[in-house]
Amino acid sequence: MGLFSKFIAKIKGENSFTPADWQELESELLASDIGPTLTRSLLESARRVKSENAQEALKQTLTSHLSTQSRASIANPDGMTVVMVVGVNGTGKTTSVAKLASRIKNSGSSVVVAAGDTFRAAAVEQLQTWGTRINVTVVSGKPNGDPASVAFDAAKRAAQSQAQFLIIDTAGRLHNKSDLMDELEKVKRVVEKISPVNEVLLTIDATTGQNGMAQAKLFSESVNVTGIILTKLDGSARGGIALAIENELNIPIKWIGTGESESDFSAFDAGEYIEGLLT
Amino acid sequence: MFDSLSARFTSAFSSLRSRGKISAADLDSTYAEIKQALLESDVALEVVEAFIAEVSEKSNQALSTIQSGSNQANAIFDVVNSSLVEILGGAARRVRFSKNPPTVIMLAGLQGAGKTTLAGKLAKFYADQGNTPLLVAADLQRPNAVTQLQVVGESINVPVFAPEPGNGVGDPVKTAKAGVEFAKSKQYNMVIVDTAGRLGIDADLMKEASDIRDAVKPDEILFVVDAMIGQDAVRTSQAFLNGVGFDGVVLTKLDGDARGGAALSIASLTKRPIMFASTGEKLSDFDIFYPERMASRILGMGDVATLAEQAKKAFDSDKSAKLEAKFASGEDFTLEDFLDQLSAMSKMGSMSKLMGMLPGGGQMKQLTKGANFDESEIVRTKAIIQSMTPRERQEPKVLNGSRRARIALGAGLKVSDVNNLVDRFSAAQKMMRQIRNGGVPAGMAGMGMPAMAPKPANIPPKKKSKSGNPAKRALEESQ
Ligand SMILES: Nc1nc2c(ncn2[C@@H]2O[C@H](COP(=O)(O)OP(=O)(O)OP(=O)(O)O)[C@@H](O)[C@H]2O)c(=O)[nH]1
Ligand SMILES: Nc1nc2c(ncn2[C@@H]2O[C@H](COP(=O)(O)OP(=O)(O)OP(=O)(O)O)[C@@H](O)[C@H]2O)c(=O)[nH]1
Ligand SMILES: [Mg+2]
Ligand SMILES: [Mg+2]
Repeated sequence: MGLFSKFIAKIKGENSFTPADWQELESELLASDIGPTLTRSLLESARRVKSENAQEALKQTLTSHLSTQSRASIANPDGMTVVMVVGVNGTGKTTSVAKLASRIKNSGSSVVVAAGDTFRAAAVEQLQTWGTRINVTVVSGKPNGDPASVAFDAAKRAAQSQAQFLIIDTAGRLHNKSDLMDELEKVKRVVEKISPVNEVLLTIDATTGQNGMAQAKLFSESVNVTGIILTKLDGSARGGIALAIENELNIPIKWIGTGESESDFSAFDAGEYIEGLLT
Repeated sequence: MFDSLSARFTSAFSSLRSRGKISAADLDSTYAEIKQALLESDVALEVVEAFIAEVSEKSNQALSTIQSGSNQANAIFDVVNSSLVEILGGAARRVRFSKNPPTVIMLAGLQGAGKTTLAGKLAKFYADQGNTPLLVAADLQRPNAVTQLQVVGESINVPVFAPEPGNGVGDPVKTAKAGVEFAKSKQYNMVIVDTAGRLGIDADLMKEASDIRDAVKPDEILFVVDAMIGQDAVRTSQAFLNGVGFDGVVLTKLDGDARGGAALSIASLTKRPIMFASTGEKLSDFDIFYPERMASRILGMGDVATLAEQAKKAFDSDKSAKLEAKFASGEDFTLEDFLDQLSAMSKMGSMSKLMGMLPGGGQMKQLTKGANFDESEIVRTKAIIQSMTPRERQEPKVLNGSRRARIALGAGLKVSDVNNLVDRFSAAQKMMRQIRNGGVPAGMAGMGMPAMAPKPANIPPKKKSKSGNPAKRALEESQ
């Protein structure tokens, strides 16, 4: 039985949650990675819940912590839409770039992808393999070359070929490395000489714990993140840190990744996510 | 990593230390602090609760025999520290080499954890010690995982067994088995099998992993886990333990600022030692995992041994030699040296990594909010030391109240800032002294710190060492 149903069943039957039940709710909330602070405030709200509408009230309480920003994709109304995908190492940027490109292509728009990770071993080849698989043009430069110049060339070529979308893959980087964050800012700046970057998507791995908050903070400070791709939600992790990020930084989750193939990608659904946090 | 934990411990303990006599209420609030800190650091709730229960029971026992307040604080500190060390895996174990080579190491873990990179790091680490590793590309799933391993192998001159193109083509079980046979026939003494990332709940892929295991009969299965992982560490590590089994754990991406509480959860729940630390994207960013160092870092004591290694790199060799000689001759590590180190380290890139190792550094870093290292903290610390007289820098024990007030005024900071720096520094200095004298500092029983534990009077000249990397050297010496 899911915790929601348990919560409501217990309340109906005994008219109060026993201390053990409260403890269980607390551990469920903590186990979702929303963090001890948000857990505490959610528990306080839950205690004020009246018996009959417990389930709704608990969901509403969780929902009230979501971002108020729009979850719609930001597009460039007159010209090419440029999307950058950023994040710490191994979170699923390259896979998400491919998934997003595939989705755009299937909706009938033209899309070019830039292999902006010139650093990691075979990162370019990985994206090229994806390009072949989903039939999308991948622009790449020399290994260990300057990522900003690859992105610049790609932007130029995409603009020339009148592509409707350009998606830029970037190398994984830890947010606490200021030289790498500077490099990322430079990529964005240089691309903007050709066309404004409309959307910066941060990949957050659903298994990430409280460090996700620092990731979101520092990537936002550096390149102004406009949305989150919450990846690897097909695993046992619930991705609660994203709720904490929405709550604290007001950055909306826009997409979720649920597997390793290009179709394992969906627009974020708040209701499903909230239910998933507690089951 | 563990920055905030370190900061909380530091503040919990300095408030205890300043108390004359510790009351039950003091204890409760200290444990509450520790609990909150551990949760914020991603330690699993069940582990946190067990830890607090263990620590409070042990310290109650210890306290019953100790009267004075500051000794009591030390006793609690010792209990917390030694319990942490115990959970983090006790003495680090090294890889078991097979009596019939090749020694087979199999890597397993979630997607993106850092397995392929680690395969390269292990190969380099062991090749540098004279072994002949072979890398086996048994991730035939992820796009260009095979190419990635080939690029990695080439960069360190280690051959890669990759008969299959991957990208969905080829059988990983057969490939792994063939790899081991190939190694046998060509007399490689070590095989490192890279496998695809997989989810704990993916039964098919877990079965594949156990099939690979049965095919290659590894001497060591290493579970590779990202230090940034949260509460899911519990489920995932259990799933890998049940699904494929593992003998040791490798924590990756420790160059980040994740607090890494998952290390405590995994070690405590699976009882497997954390064996290695992966600390960057370069193949040399790799070290043996030292539970004692990590515990002392959690406790805000500063990871002096690692700091000394890093500082050695930052210092010009002249200064480095002088510091070593000084240390060997029994002279104290002074605030002057500390200032020198700070200046030397300012030249290095990864300040935030180093800060966590400084005594009280975790707390300092916390003050800067966020993960980005704020250069002004170095400036503040330098300002404090620079406001001291030469004598005060050499002998911090002369720092009485009025001197501290003067220094605070000179540095434009609060007296508590000065106190904090001096407290942490003295603790570290005392610890170094004990290590040098061959003793084990209180509460650090079993502490490894090989780089800092040469025989008292003579440190072997640098040139005689086989490896420039102190961790490697330690390993060589232990073999
Ligand atoms: N199960 C699952 N695996 C995923 C998902 N997204 C990505 N992956 C896997 O995670 C691993 C890393 O994905 P990448 O796309 O290479 O990650 P990245 O962020 O580009 O990595 P770096 O460029 O090395 O920083 C690969 O094995 C992917 O197949 C997801 O939603 N679910
Ligand atoms: N900063 C940092 N990055 C690391 C470390 N270890 C690995 N990485 C990076 O993390 C990303 C993923 O590493 P991989 O070695 O490809 O991970 P993997 O577990 O083999 O991934 P899959 O095969 O897709 O499951 C890459 O960008 C690596 O460069 C580390 O210790 N520190
Ligand atoms: Mg990538
Ligand atoms: Mg791999």
